[in-house]
Amino acid sequence: MSGQLAPTMVAAPAQDASDDAAMRHGATSHLRRLEAESIHILRETAAEFRKPVMLYSIGKDSSVLLHLAMKAFDPGRPPFPLLHVDTTWKFREMIAFRDRRARELGLDLIVHTNQDGLNQGITPFTHGSARYTDVMKTQALRQALDLHGFDAAIGGARRDEEKSRAKERVFSHRSAAHHWDPKNQRPELWSLYNTMLAPGESMRVFPLSNWTELDIWDYILLESIPIVPLYLAAKRPVVERDGALIMVDDERMPLLADEAPRWRSVRFRTLGCYPLSGATISTAATLPEIVREMMASRTSERQGRMIDRDSPASMERKKAEGYF
Amino acid sequence: MSYHEAPTIAAPDAPRLDQDDRPTLRFVTCGSVDDGKSTLVGRLLYDSKTLLDDQLDALASESKTAGTTGGDLDFALLVDGLQAEREQGITIDVAYRFFATKLRRFIVADTPGHTQYTRNMATGASNADLAVVLVDARKGVITQTRRHSHILSLLGIRHVVLAVNKMDLVSFDGGRFAAITAEYLTLAGQLGISQVQCIPVVAPDGDNIAVASTRMPWYTGPTVTAYLESVDVAGDISARPFRLPVQWVNRPHAEFRGFSGRIAGGAIAAGETVTVQPSGRRTLVARILTPGGERDRAAAGESVTLTLTDEIDVSRGDVLTAGAAPLVSDQLAAHLVWFDDDAMVPGRRYMLKCGTASSGAVITTFKHRIAIDTMAQESATTLDANQIGYVHLSLDRALVFEAYRDSREMGSFILVDPISHRTAAAGMIDRSLRRATNIHWQRLAVDKSVRARLKQQRPCVLWFTGLSGAGKSTIADLVDRRLAEFGRHAALLDGDNLRHGINRDLGFSSSERMENVRRVAEIAALFVDAGMIALVALISPFRSEREMARHRIEAGEFIEIHVATPLAECERRDPKGLYRKARAGELPGFTGIDDPYEAPQAPEITIDTSELTSEAACERIIRYLQEGHYL
Repeated sequence: MSGQLAPTMVAAPAQDASDDAAMRHGATSHLRRLEAESIHILRETAAEFRKPVMLYSIGKDSSVLLHLAMKAFDPGRPPFPLLHVDTTWKFREMIAFRDRRARELGLDLIVHTNQDGLNQGITPFTHGSARYTDVMKTQALRQALDLHGFDAAIGGARRDEEKSRAKERVFSHRSAAHHWDPKNQRPELWSLYNTMLAPGESMRVFPLSNWTELDIWDYILLESIPIVPLYLAAKRPVVERDGALIMVDDERMPLLADEAPRWRSVRFRTLGCYPLSGATISTAATLPEIVREMMASRTSERQGRMIDRDSPASMERKKAEGYF
Repeated sequence: MSYHEAPTIAAPDAPRLDQDDRPTLRFVTCGSVDDGKSTLVGRLLYDSKTLLDDQLDALASESKTAGTTGGDLDFALLVDGLQAEREQGITIDVAYRFFATKLRRFIVADTPGHTQYTRNMATGASNADLAVVLVDARKGVITQTRRHSHILSLLGIRHVVLAVNKMDLVSFDGGRFAAITAEYLTLAGQLGISQVQCIPVVAPDGDNIAVASTRMPWYTGPTVTAYLESVDVAGDISARPFRLPVQWVNRPHAEFRGFSGRIAGGAIAAGETVTVQPSGRRTLVARILTPGGERDRAAAGESVTLTLTDEIDVSRGDVLTAGAAPLVSDQLAAHLVWFDDDAMVPGRRYMLKCGTASSGAVITTFKHRIAIDTMAQESATTLDANQIGYVHLSLDRALVFEAYRDSREMGSFILVDPISHRTAAAGMIDRSLRRATNIHWQRLAVDKSVRARLKQQRPCVLWFTGLSGAGKSTIADLVDRRLAEFGRHAALLDGDNLRHGINRDLGFSSSERMENVRRVAEIAALFVDAGMIALVALISPFRSEREMARHRIEAGEFIEIHVATPLAECERRDPKGLYRKARAGELPGFTGIDDPYEAPQAPEITIDTSELTSEAACERIIRYLQEGHYL
């Protein structure tokens, strides 16, 4: 299928360039402040919980999170494993990148797939993105957390991603049934986090809460953080479906009669399951070009996500279902 | 090899960063219901041109279906994220928003105006440099405005923008604006809010938000955006004495022992002397590791790892300090903003978290409540949710802190309910109740472990609890004798005997009983520090008191022994004739008769003397000590 040779990893600028950038970024600069805050949160998690885990989704936010965790506990290793919830529909380049990073950094990587969902034959093509996402991602994550008894799960979500995320705490409490009660969140003042849990309860921890998408890219550039090459433009086989460009990553993707993959120069702003990740037409093949494109962009990153549009939780749908 | 030195794969086209370094201003918005806070924030976002095409499209279509503005753009929809609040047209939780102008980046905490959600306003204010307070031009300064401003002042906010909104509904009346301004400036003066900028606005239309209003030519001051871009809120915390609350001890292998944390104040350089508080030990900083690699110097706000030249005992909750000494005390006075639906109860135990340190805490004295409307101090017995009070707190261990007005980082704490785990209150430390500032903890060169080695025993407390007449003193006495036979060094603290000496000033009221237990726990702790085995025989009927004693002693050194002889058997024995008197009503509040005994839930050892002789009980305890390598 995709016959091209892609680098398995991308890293940004040469060391002297990032040193130069670091010079301009004094100790109090914007990114250094965000970095210091995130490291504080990561260390707090390690110190306060019995068995934390870091959710590793292989995307750019996860790459930054992992980089921060390496720094937070340097010269030691992060005192928690990585957990990847594998739906079996991730881009192949993502899986290769994941395994290579874990090996290089000497980290413990747990990969979990919802076997029940697999047995039921649930795929994004046959069951719709909402049901598929619930079974293969949400339920799979709960299974993994329960299976290993993790009491804190560190994730890379940001408050600028979407409106309900903007209200979530850095340390976000979950009931024993993994439920979030947005109307009854614990107040979170200063940088004092209430980490107390009853048996069975758990915490989701979001060290990147105060980062924006542009911060993430700036930091990747500043720190030469390796990312999956899919973020950079390259010629890739795509079909246009429901207004989105979907990359044909393997032979499991059923093509309609009038569909034929075309090789186009595209990149991805967010990465997930390939059938649900819309590509954007772009020629930005280096990180600085991406940042420049980002700053000029007139659409948000979630625009490429099929899940948000298909989800019954979307506001439009709720209203359409009879609120008015 | 350290992670910093790990090779990275460099791209050949090493680019220049298009990186800017605009500073970030964090501010909070607050006001009453329907004053238009969300609309104001939405308008700031809109005018900053940070909104993207798909977000604008969504806003336009949602304004038609879900808006409350009759089809015009409803800017509040940009920030009201949760399903329920959109449906109700209100904001129910703090939302964080990000935008930037040419000069600054902004993080906005948009907070609700409802009385029951005041805690969220305090949350938003705790990390803010400045506050935007909204008032409705028709209503002016109302109770909520006073309440919010008071919370702002308590939380150390010194810069306020008073946005007088809905000027269109008072016909752009400059006189009305001047009256509200005067009233607010009086309030701000009382509260010590030193910098106030009042701006008349119409948030939905954008008047004086980013662009000067043409409808209010009488106003010549800055727009909201212009003021936020230019206001100077910087307080230089790196000029203060050095403070590093230790978060994490980094010990990957035998050759490295580092202390990680975020510097709460001041700066430090390699080679400088630091004092570990509360122990008072001094040493030198060997290396400073930062996220950017090893450096000679680091300052406030940075997350670092320090190594020290001496191998001294430092753990999470300790603070590395230099310069003027911090306050070190277990008694302090503080303001509380109460959050929990369960009212504050003096005497009840809460978990206190301050910096990286945690401790049990009891509110010993409720000094006064503060009337929100008048700021007057009023006497009260309880503090309910959303009320503010001034209290004295007693902690299980000495805390290292500073007054909140001197340091937000070192002077703030939260109280957590130990049962529900809810965050019950936020606290701002006013002062230490002991003259501890000038009294350093005596540096102890010979510590517990040295003494214990001399005695060839592991020091511990054997805490015998149970009903009167259960056999506590008898068994404790036998254990004491057996230990002496082994050549071990123990001390027996008998509740009755202590009441003839150190506790002879105490009666039997609940607070005096609590004090009785506290003193005994303190004495036992001193014996443990001296390397000895302390045997305590005390009814100590309440679980919370025994837990307090347990917290006072290091983990593994507190052995709770429940002498669980049933009440009927104790009453049958009645060695001192007390049960007979109690039954006759001569001893009110007698444990087991008309006062409860709370049995331990998980004692280390349980003994029922109706099944076991005192000698057999003693042997069981000795065996426990041997198996646990205390002997």
